[in-house]
Amino acid sequence: MNKTKTHEPLFHIAKRDSLPVYKSWAIRGMAILAALIVAGVITMLLTGENPIQVYATMFKGAFGTSRRIWSLLQSLAMLLCVALAVTPAFKMRFWNIGAEGQVLIGGLATAACMITLGNKMPNALLILVMIAASMAAAAIWALIPAFFKAKFNTNETLFTLMMNYVAIQLVSYFEKLWENPKGSSNIGIINQSTHAGWLPTIGKFDYLLNIIVVLALAVFMYIYLKYSKHGYELTVVGESENTARYIGLNVKKVIMRTMILSGAICGIAGLLLVGGTNHTITTTTAGGRGFTAIMVSWLAKFNPIIMILTAFLITFLQAGAGEISTVFGLNESFSDIITGIIIFFIIGCEFFINYKLHFRSSHKEVK
Amino acid sequence: MFKKLLSITLAALMVLSLAVVFTGCGSENNSVAGSSSSGAKDSLKFGFIYLHDENSTYDNNFLTAAKEACEKMGVEMINKTNIDESDACKEAALDLVDQGCDIIFADSFGHEDFMIEAAKANPDVQFLHATGTKAHTEKLANFHNAFASIYEGRYLAGIAAGMKINEMIEAGKITKDEAKMGYVGAHPYAEVKSGYTSFYLGAKSVCPTVTMEVKFTGSWYDETLEKEAANKLIADGCVLISQHADSMGAPTACEAAGVPNVSYNGSTVKACPNTFIVSSKINWAPYFEYAINCVKEGKAIDADWTGTVATGSVQLTEVNEKAAAKGTQEAIDAAKADLESGKIKVFDTANFTAKGATLDSYMADVDSDPEFKGDTEVIKDGVFEESKYRSAPYFDIDIDGISVIE
Repeated sequence: MNKTKTHEPLFHIAKRDSLPVYKSWAIRGMAILAALIVAGVITMLLTGENPIQVYATMFKGAFGTSRRIWSLLQSLAMLLCVALAVTPAFKMRFWNIGAEGQVLIGGLATAACMITLGNKMPNALLILVMIAASMAAAAIWALIPAFFKAKFNTNETLFTLMMNYVAIQLVSYFEKLWENPKGSSNIGIINQSTHAGWLPTIGKFDYLLNIIVVLALAVFMYIYLKYSKHGYELTVVGESENTARYIGLNVKKVIMRTMILSGAICGIAGLLLVGGTNHTITTTTAGGRGFTAIMVSWLAKFNPIIMILTAFLITFLQAGAGEISTVFGLNESFSDIITGIIIFFIIGCEFFINYKLHFRSSHKEVK
Repeated sequence: MFKKLLSITLAALMVLSLAVVFTGCGSENNSVAGSSSSGAKDSLKFGFIYLHDENSTYDNNFLTAAKEACEKMGVEMINKTNIDESDACKEAALDLVDQGCDIIFADSFGHEDFMIEAAKANPDVQFLHATGTKAHTEKLANFHNAFASIYEGRYLAGIAAGMKINEMIEAGKITKDEAKMGYVGAHPYAEVKSGYTSFYLGAKSVCPTVTMEVKFTGSWYDETLEKEAANKLIADGCVLISQHADSMGAPTACEAAGVPNVSYNGSTVKACPNTFIVSSKINWAPYFEYAINCVKEGKAIDADWTGTVATGSVQLTEVNEKAAAKGTQEAIDAAKADLESGKIKVFDTANFTAKGATLDSYMADVDSDPEFKGDTEVIKDGVFEESKYRSAPYFDIDIDGISVIE
């Protein structure tokens, strides 16, 4: 059998056994380095700027002043919050790409409480109502596609995606209803003079509360997925629905329960964005986080603690990108190119962590 | 798992320590810049915040003016583009303060509240905001609104439109009763209403039988909706289109349909060589120069500043001879002189009626409050005094001859 001459390809791909941790992180580190070099070369070719200076500017844009660090941590927290929200759904293989809309609905509920109940009840009570309303509204928004998936096996990708557009239209309807001045479709800062319904600030740090809440959520999500019965059940449903059914799990219940959780956390993101940060709502309040969060979650392989790192990477790139366009007068699209290259390399390197390339060697053929 | 956690903690520590090191450098640089600029007030820094970037005709108009003014006055300029109407605006403004800016400007209506927050926290820095309405009621010494009497520009552009329609009537293409214009508007907001009413009055001053249909898109920038609105108006029998929205939607729809177009924000003649007649626009450079001079000389900036034809803030582009009626430029020049001398008042109550009656009194909603109630008498001696009690327009009367379609 050895003697039959078979054509051996130049290389073939084989799945690896799991790599030791230090090796896989070394591969990731090399990927980032390679990405920086490629992005640097492209920067030089396209713009003639010194790439080292470009990177230094990015770094300064993200960390240049203590205000920028706070701002970075705030953006990181908001992105992480949405990433944590989509994680249980994705782990269950439920493709929830409706986080954008769920965040908006949570924010809309928050804004509704602030506008209609502001200055009519004690502030502490109002904030409690806001928390309940935002989580409930977003949970219901997420439950709708989950219900149809569980009962009628509808396609959740399309369903959740379309729910985003419904949410955006709802927000623009309420923008019109609550507009000030007349005809402008602009809400402006809600309760700017009385601060009714504004989440409290810790000391003089505007964003500290948001950051602490999201960190607590990350820890909660880690424990929930890793050690709770619910976490185990949704993992099984994700791995194989038939197995789940075989061991007696109520799959429909797990799907709906998980999406309620996913939606409720999106609601918290909406609450923090509207009640704790912007104090207004527009159709861009979610700002694409609902989609970016999916990448954050996937890159971290659904591990909430690793997500802090992946969310950091992406917010760092975004913060740096803004500074590049300010300092070098380059269009924002250019920083998108750099971000794209870096993310491409990071996603690409996962291939080399999971698979091995075997090259054809002449030595084998002799045998 | 423990190993993983440890590695993450270590990584986070490294990042933080790097951050601390860089913060040290950053704040050092800033303090140096601050000390040198506080000594001599002739080296100023001007920070600009824009909603979009140069791809929007609206923001591009500000970008060009900012560059022109800063170069002329020898002032350092920092631009921040794509800043959302949210907390991001306040963060951007505060970051510009950290960089040592003496004046900070924001260009979008929704930026206003966030600029006010930043202004309250930094009384030594001047904050300017275009199109806003709150400076005269907030009464902060360092927060200011600005606009221009663009209604005068629209009136002049309206004359060009009226003359084109007269030409069509004389050529027998349409009858006098078919003289109907179309207008694509963003929101039913006073800024838009004031604009299309003055445009209509300009056209009516040369073509008395003209009427106008308005369609709102509900967005300041939506190319598809603006295109669709223009096509709908053309299908309704409008023989000339103008617009107040920021994309190329309406002008390109006109070029495709061969319908004459009076544009806004700048010339669109390159994309529409056969249909572009003329465009009105606001030139913001005079305002930026005024603000720079005020800060240099230590003078207070007006809470509301309204640029006019005389200050060079309200401009008309060159008339496109290919599309415009004969004698358009001359008619515009004559009317412009009359506006400057005060011989013509755009909102003279003798020139329009509302529900069949001539107005002798109108309470406009000049102060922003949730009730939308009129608070200021704005008609005096038979003239609606636009942009007098605040810079942003407040003319929001529905006058006869203009109808809004759904």
